[in-house]
Amino acid sequence: MRFHVKDDCLFPVRDKEKETTIPISQIPIIPQPTLNLNFVFNPDLQLLLTGKQLILDDLPFTLEEIQKHYENGYVTYRKGIEYIRGLPVCSRCGNKEENWFAQFPCSRCGEICLYCRKCLMMGRISACTPLIGWNGPNPVHTLPESILGWKGRLSDGQQAASNDVVEAVNNNKELLVWAVCGAGKTEVLFAAIESALALKKRVCIATPRTDVVLELTPRLKAAFPGITAASLYGGSEERHLYAPLTIATTHQLLRFYHAFDTVILDEVDAFPYTVEESLQYAAVQARRPESAMIYLTATPNEKWQRECRTGKRAFTTIPARFHRHPLPVPRFTWCGNWQKHLKKDKLPANVLHWIKERIQNHKQALVFFPHIPLMEKALPILRQLSPDIEAVHAEDPDRKEKVQKMRNKEIPLLLTTTILERGVTFPNIDVAVIGAEDDIFTDSALVQISGRAGRSKDYPDGIVTFFHYGKTEAMLKARKQITVMNHEGIRRGLIET
Amino acid sequence: MKLFPNAHCLICHEIILNPIGWGAIFSEEKEQFLCKTCEIRFEKIEGETCQICGRMLSYLDENFRKGELCNDCIRWEEDDQWSGYLERNHSIFIYNDFFKEVLATYKFRGDYVLAKIFADYLKVFLKKIKPDMIVPIPLSDERLYERGFNQAEALIIESGFAPTQLLTRVHSEKQSKKSRMERIHIPQVFQVNPVEIKGKAILLIDDIYTTGSTLRHAAKLLKESGAERIQSLTLAR
Ligand SMILES: [Zn+2]
Ligand SMILES: [Zn+2]
Ligand SMILES: [Zn+2]
Ligand SMILES: [Zn+2]
Repeated sequence: MRFHVKDDCLFPVRDKEKETTIPISQIPIIPQPTLNLNFVFNPDLQLLLTGKQLILDDLPFTLEEIQKHYENGYVTYRKGIEYIRGLPVCSRCGNKEENWFAQFPCSRCGEICLYCRKCLMMGRISACTPLIGWNGPNPVHTLPESILGWKGRLSDGQQAASNDVVEAVNNNKELLVWAVCGAGKTEVLFAAIESALALKKRVCIATPRTDVVLELTPRLKAAFPGITAASLYGGSEERHLYAPLTIATTHQLLRFYHAFDTVILDEVDAFPYTVEESLQYAAVQARRPESAMIYLTATPNEKWQRECRTGKRAFTTIPARFHRHPLPVPRFTWCGNWQKHLKKDKLPANVLHWIKERIQNHKQALVFFPHIPLMEKALPILRQLSPDIEAVHAEDPDRKEKVQKMRNKEIPLLLTTTILERGVTFPNIDVAVIGAEDDIFTDSALVQISGRAGRSKDYPDGIVTFFHYGKTEAMLKARKQITVMNHEGIRRGLIET
Repeated sequence: MKLFPNAHCLICHEIILNPIGWGAIFSEEKEQFLCKTCEIRFEKIEGETCQICGRMLSYLDENFRKGELCNDCIRWEEDDQWSGYLERNHSIFIYNDFFKEVLATYKFRGDYVLAKIFADYLKVFLKKIKPDMIVPIPLSDERLYERGFNQAEALIIESGFAPTQLLTRVHSEKQSKKSRMERIHIPQVFQVNPVEIKGKAILLIDDIYTTGSTLRHAAKLLKESGAERIQSLTLAR
């Protein structure tokens, strides 16, 4: 879009008279008119824009209306693409990689216009696109009599962590909550969320995966019955809902700007957060300059672990599960060159034996494979033991159905890639990894995989076996992490001995 | 700056593994836009096709064709109002799910750079057909502003040819919801810009051929305005 610059104010123009107008990208500093307190602003626009960075195409308001709010100081324009030391950076997603930009002859500004391909799916941002934000007062909402409706009890381990989270949230600090798989981390957040909401702060819980948003939303709505909660993921209906409590995929944070007083980032170690720099950027953009940031993970990466050890990162641990039983420690079993066996349509004897035993004893099991082709090669061999055995991977269209069948105990054994390493829980299973030496099984993947066993208080034990063709550093680190947590749990009296 | 920066696939963004020899580097190997995996997901139209609309006849039931024409085209040609205006349509790809997805990203998300992928294929046809004028099906001003570019025009430009702006929209293109009858009876969709076209062989460019009514409307108008022959080229059918 092209603008007229006049009297410290921008005026958008549709036609392209190049003499008197320039695209927003070429305006050195974008003037911001002062707030006109006599102006009657549109409360719908306020609800929609507060804490956001949207493009015109996102907004069901006319340009004239938005411009009127800008001229009266209630709306801000920012450049969709900023040039920093001569190099383009996407203001929405933070992309600065050359190969994620492209250009086109733009009919909006009449120039060759650079656009960001990284966040294209959220509506194209090009050099002439203004990012629109809110500069007026925040919407006011009333609070219910009592905020927290949850009446459950925290374990001692949860309680200690909960106190730390409250402290961090109240003082706008950063805190890593290092909680083992099955610790019950969601409940640990309740007191802090209540405390923030009571001060009329805006809270966001962001997680990498839509499944988790869908699972968390009803739990949080039940815990905070009088509070409006927005549930945001690709294709969700509540995209424009202003809410004190937001549950979103990390990706959805790209539409927010200086919105939240408390951001809780779930599974910070998980794909795609670690891979996608843009999502880290999004999390930083979405929080207010003065705000608290709570990171949740069962498996912090090496760097974060080191920072915790050396006192550079504030953290709290929940080393034991809610049911006060120790985490199952993985056993290492050498299985020789299993891939060579597979080529001859065979599996190593000890692997077969492990699986046969489970089938005979009617104990369900998850069996992890490093790659899809290997898993698919193993499937017919194992189906000779039981025809009901299934296999899933990320692209499998029947993934949900198969997981449900496993839950219903219609499947004795589910073969899987790392796609089921986290999130999914089955109450009473054993776990095996075939080819634990593969690079795809990082220490955090292996900790997560081990964390699938012994989840329920009725079946707190489970066998975890890593079949391998040579022990790896990752395997040793994973086992170490688990035993260290168990020791800490015992030391702190959080595990029955 | 890397001497040979890795080329990334424009669709899946994987690095394109391309064992270019030194010879190829010095002989200016053409730029690669697609990885092998994505490339093979495009299905090209081949074998026996309808002599007017260019659809593959091998996928069509015997009852839906007569000789070298499909029933749709027979129906168009039996109608005096439409007969003989569009000489023939050429289409490059089968409209499969993959194509649909890539086209949606290109056209509706506005990922202009994807035109480069299509341009590689388009070029071949443009050189073969050798029209006097290459004319993109236009968008309305409103739609053009919304999308930022005309997807048909971009295809021509990226193929290294010059588009001729012969047509202007007079009605909005929101016609996908209307039935075939309604569409056919829209009085006038386009108007011809003041350019001399007498005796010219014109090639219309659009992204897809669905019912053929858009292209036939344009063809009829151009022919009535003096053009000699009208063919069309679309990415998919
Ligand atoms: Zn971007
Ligand atoms: Zn532009
Ligand atoms: Zn590709
Ligand atoms: Zn036909």
